[in-house]
Amino acid sequence: MIHVSTTVNGDAHELLCDPRETLLDALRDRLELTGAKEGCGTGDCGACTVLLDERPVCSCLVLAAEAEGQEVRTVEGIADGEDLHPLQRKFIEHAALQCGICTPGILVAAKALLERNPDPSETEVRYWLAGNLCRCTGYDKIIRAVLDAASEMREAT
Amino acid sequence: MRYHTPSSFEDASAIAAAATGVTRFLAGGTDVLVQLRSDLVTPDDLIDIKHIAGVKDIARHSDGSWRIGAAVSGAELAEHEALIAEWPGVVEALELIGSTQIQARCTLVGNLCNGSPAADSVPAMIAAGATASVVGPEGTRELPVEDVPTGPGMTSLGPGEVVSAVNLPPRGECGGDAYLRFIPRTEMDIAVVGAGVSLSREGDTIIAARVALGAVAPTVVLVEEAGAALVGSTLDDTALAALAGAAEAACRPISDKRGTVEFRTQVAGVLARRAAKIAYDRAGA
Ligand SMILES: Cc1cc2nc3c(=O)[nH]c(=O)nc-3n(C[C@H](O)[C@H](O)[C@H](O)COP(=O)(O)OP(=O)(O)OC[C@H]3O[C@@H](n4cnc5c(N)ncnc54)[C@H](O)[C@@H]3O)c2cc1C
Ligand code: FES
Ligand code: FES
Repeated sequence: MIHVSTTVNGDAHELLCDPRETLLDALRDRLELTGAKEGCGTGDCGACTVLLDERPVCSCLVLAAEAEGQEVRTVEGIADGEDLHPLQRKFIEHAALQCGICTPGILVAAKALLERNPDPSETEVRYWLAGNLCRCTGYDKIIRAVLDAASEMREAT
Repeated sequence: MRYHTPSSFEDASAIAAAATGVTRFLAGGTDVLVQLRSDLVTPDDLIDIKHIAGVKDIARHSDGSWRIGAAVSGAELAEHEALIAEWPGVVEALELIGSTQIQARCTLVGNLCNGSPAADSVPAMIAAGATASVVGPEGTRELPVEDVPTGPGMTSLGPGEVVSAVNLPPRGECGGDAYLRFIPRTEMDIAVVGAGVSLSREGDTIIAARVALGAVAPTVVLVEEAGAALVGSTLDDTALAALAGAAEAACRPISDKRGTVEFRTQVAGVLARRAAKIAYDRAGA
């Protein structure tokens, strides 16, 4: 077993992990942060997206051991207590989810986009989220929710 | 599986040289982890190179050459404006890999050492005249990128050899490069054909050119005749036709669900021409 010290959503954690264990499994099974989902396990679907040192990654393709000394952020850290993030509210308003398996990964990836680019074009949003697959919604509502959240966040600042 | 985090390439090399079982280096892990999780390759020793000082550095030397550390990700490369200004083709090739999430992790060195004939950044690196710095039990060496892959999934790296960086030559005045690939969709797919071109101009005349093709042979190939077809020309129709002919002649592709031999061969000629035009315009800009 490998000892891993890492920070998840701002909280320091010490974990004992199998060397082959993925960050996704460590988050879900050891820290009970079950927001990130396993869709494919091979980097294709993005359901497992978390931030590793500020960048969205597929946590199914990261070893837990690689999180040593790094900052991890998951969908659980997006809301401020009971206050939903604008992206979360807009996803509900626009009905941008059905089964919801893809939603945590999309929220994490979309938030990272808006932090880099507060005013993305529709094309930019579509390309940024090309690695987040959704089997239910047909994507249009997701893209509209992200663009709407972006415009609300711009007005608020 | 033993997971190692050496703090120097010499240590990484020593661990690999002493290992007796299946050994892998871990850069961004976007190939290693997929192979691990699908039980294709379970390393006995996995050597993470990301704790080595300097692996994330992108440095431009005073002679204009570049050194890109082995763990620099696609996202980091794509944010480096000075590098993009000189080697846009290399940057756009790595940027084509996967999604936003894969970009945060994938590296030039991992793409090269995974040994895929369809690896997107490899034709661009070969066209650019890039070299790989290698650290091994016998010391260090620098070898041309085209000499690294030897077949699907295979490289010329010996036991205990690890790549520490990719080097790009000085771009010089009036140089440009470009990489194009054909895939059936717009994102997230494996190249059916890839073409990298790098050239230098003196006025309107091309004075040096290198062309490399991906996914049309067991390894990415440098097509010297294709580069030679451009030299001395102003990229007129005759030169473009000679370029396409040389590119097609170099193709030894397979037929699979992504494309037939005939299709891949024709597309190789088309993409080589298009990439050459982009490189030519960039060289004049
Ligand atoms: C969803 C998805 C989409 C993808 N799309 C594309 C695509 O469009 N085009 C494409 O070309 N590839 C694609 N890939 C494959 C992969 O992302 C690339 O090959 C990537 O560049 C590999 O880099 P890495 O740093 O992640 O390599 P790793 O997985 O860390 O390593 C890959 C190989 O290189 C070896 N290696 C790593 N570092 C060194 C070193 N320093 N010295 C010697 N050997 C080393 C490892 O032992 C291993 O065999 C995709 C992968 C996924 C999961
Ligand atoms: S579960 Fe990680 S990308 Fe699908
Ligand atoms: S809502 Fe079901 S996968 Fe997206």
